[in-house]
Amino acid sequence: MEILAIVTVERTKVGGGAPIFYAQDQQELTELALLLSRVLGASVHDLQNNVLIIVRH
Amino acid sequence: MKYSLTIILATLGGLLARWYMLRRDYRQYPSYPQGWAIHLFLGFIGGMIGAIIVPAFLEKEYSAVSFLLLAATQFRAVRDMERSTLQAMEETEMVKRGAAYIEGIARVFEARNYLSIWVALAIAITAESLAGIGAWRIIPSVLVGAIMAIVLNQLMQGDRIGDVAQVELAPLRFEGAFLMVADLKIRNVGLEQARKVYEERGLGAVIKPHGPNAKATLSNLGQMHAIAHDVTTMIGVYMDVDEQEFVPLVRRNPDSGNLYLAFLPSEPDPEAFLTAIRRVPVLEGAVRKPLTSAAGKMLD
Repeated sequence: MEILAIVTVERTKVGGGAPIFYAQDQQELTELALLLSRVLGASVHDLQNNVLIIVRH
Repeated sequence: MKYSLTIILATLGGLLARWYMLRRDYRQYPSYPQGWAIHLFLGFIGGMIGAIIVPAFLEKEYSAVSFLLLAATQFRAVRDMERSTLQAMEETEMVKRGAAYIEGIARVFEARNYLSIWVALAIAITAESLAGIGAWRIIPSVLVGAIMAIVLNQLMQGDRIGDVAQVELAPLRFEGAFLMVADLKIRNVGLEQARKVYEERGLGAVIKPHGPNAKATLSNLGQMHAIAHDVTTMIGVYMDVDEQEFVPLVRRNPDSGNLYLAFLPSEPDPEAFLTAIRRVPVLEGAVRKPLTSAAGKMLD
């Protein structure tokens, strides 16, 4: 299991090793997450604080 | 040749027994025609070994008998062959079979070759012990072979999930991003679109084991994988290669030992879904019987 990317609208909430993608709003957040999950062949998990992570299982 | 009738009869019997035990069902394994050709030929070799042991023994050719028994051990290679084929194909499966299921299938294929040796041996023994009645011995030999094949095949039948557990539909819903079946969290689905697909087409089921033995058996990870894989094979799953969030998952409630399955069938038919779960075989490698132990009995 590996975090491939992090997508968020809140810059203060994330940091660290995985690539981080900042979205402008909720709509861009879900679109980015969808695109990334399909490109990476991984699943999107919602941390329920406006942060989505893309994880390969 | 003195023993030609016995040898021909028993070899054919072994081959036919192997053919009878080759079944083609929803799994399409062994594949037809190549997979069949491989196994029928192995069945023929097995039948030949079983057939020749009796004349070799009667002629006091004990070295030949031990050599034939040595040849029988070659069937161990069948298990390796099946395992490596299935492992190589695992990458091409949308929902993986899992190591336990592969091991189970490989074991069945090895065992069936031994069964065809037993059938051939039984036929050869009958044919030789009735050598006095001439060609009429074909009838009792064939009968003995047929009974032997049917009985052995029956003994090899394992249980199905429907035999060890009660399978019922369970409501599927979301709590925030969590996909729930009844009250158990199955997975975190981050995408709104994916949640919508689950709400529109998803089916949930609960598998309630009958008693502690079934509970222990169903707690095996390989068995859980096998359920997800086999239900997919039988009714189809609604997903594309890169849609990881639609891979069917089986989760266990540690309190009750119940298994919960969230599934996206290609055709949302609840009855077909439940029937598919009930028809999944219980893997030989997953079977546990805690009730046969002193400690297990104390807990019951």
